[in-house]
Amino acid sequence: MPDGRDRDRRLAPVVQRIVVVGASLSGLRAVETLRARGFDGTLTLIGEEPHRPYDRPPLSKQVLQGAWEPEQTFFRKKEGYDPLALDMRLGVRATGLDLRARRVSLADGSAVDYDRLIIATGARVRTLSNVAPRPGLHVLRGLDDVIALRDALTHAGHVAIVGAGFIGLEVAASCRARGLPVTVVESRSVPLTPALGPDVCGMIAALHGDQGVDLRTGVGVADVLGERRVEGLTLSDRSRIEADVVVVGIGVVPNTEWLEGSGLTLDNGIVCNGAGQAAPGVYAAGDVARVANRWLGDAPRIEHWTNAVEQGVHAAENALAGPDAATSFSSVPYVWSDQYDRKIQFLGRFHRHDEMRIVGGSLAERRFTALYRQGDRLVACVAVNDPRAVIRYRKQLQAGAGWETALAGATPD
Amino acid sequence: MKVVVDLKACDLHGLCVETAPEVFEIGDDGALKVLNETPGEELRAKVEKAVRECPTAAIEIAD
Repeated sequence: MPDGRDRDRRLAPVVQRIVVVGASLSGLRAVETLRARGFDGTLTLIGEEPHRPYDRPPLSKQVLQGAWEPEQTFFRKKEGYDPLALDMRLGVRATGLDLRARRVSLADGSAVDYDRLIIATGARVRTLSNVAPRPGLHVLRGLDDVIALRDALTHAGHVAIVGAGFIGLEVAASCRARGLPVTVVESRSVPLTPALGPDVCGMIAALHGDQGVDLRTGVGVADVLGERRVEGLTLSDRSRIEADVVVVGIGVVPNTEWLEGSGLTLDNGIVCNGAGQAAPGVYAAGDVARVANRWLGDAPRIEHWTNAVEQGVHAAENALAGPDAATSFSSVPYVWSDQYDRKIQFLGRFHRHDEMRIVGGSLAERRFTALYRQGDRLVACVAVNDPRAVIRYRKQLQAGAGWETALAGATPD
Repeated sequence: MKVVVDLKACDLHGLCVETAPEVFEIGDDGALKVLNETPGEELRAKVEKAVRECPTAAIEIAD
């Protein structure tokens, strides 16, 4: 992996030890980038899970449907880590950070010192409050979760899913692919997010309706039934759903508890400047980070695959460059979701848009491209089964294209 | 540098087309096309970026 091209770019001698906490996509891309850029000091990668880094998007689809074995989600084979020459510590959680001493403490009682630290500890699932774990009650975030859920689905009779976000809807689609009856309960009035507008949300709802999913929106979960194991749900409208498997997909919370009192600014994630820097020598990336994004003009926490890659790479580059040579982060958010035979791609910023316009295909055929306007700018795009549109509008969004320019470039087919 | 794309794995996210348009394109048939299978070293950084960013790990650099 280290290709040595940049070796002659002298690193400040002070950077001899880099620690990356979090061994998922963002942390992996960070260590890969550090080596590719010629860092040849001690590089430690710490991961809470015992598994080698794995890819999450296939979990709710290929793995849950039984098309892939869980091991197929590993980014690299075991020997694939040899060229990275990592001090890899898996199955151990980071428990504390001492900024002054530049030291991370770990759950096994050990500690590791750094010259540069990259934090990519991600997020964990939000759970229903006051609902105790019990057989039949599942979440889907990691490899162990999907193995447990996949096994449960092999003898499930009826699946109830709480939350019609990406995870909930992808699990619903995978359950239908397995022939299982599915009910999805969403407390908001629409699936995904109201920011997409009623037409697109309505199409998503109809897509699942076509496939036999019983989607119930605007209704909350009152209780999970069954003492010894899950028997179903009661809803806020007093209705009842019989289910022997319940999957809760109601979002995630950032893993920042271990940083409380460290001196880092924590506010729904680690607050970073545009360099991805949270404190001198400390960077954050991925689901746990709130990096100032120039394109967005904001520093939201973003839970998307591409964001984890971009910020992991960016943090690594800036950790080597140092604050004076750091670049600032600028990216058009991108996320996709595969549901049934549809690929739904989302680009840009949807909230507070003034207008949504279909510029190709149609909602009725569930294949279309929609553009979103705020003021006189193009701010977002949704495409269903139209990957070429995504390429076209990604360019325009990056360039900050005006609305009229975007419409003029639209070539409906 | 030789660029190899696994077309079965390619899911048409199009990030490579944006990152390295000199090398990748989505053709008229809707499939990914490698415009230049042996790009020069000046394109290595771009192709490496495309490899890192590909959501389905469909791109490989075989040196």
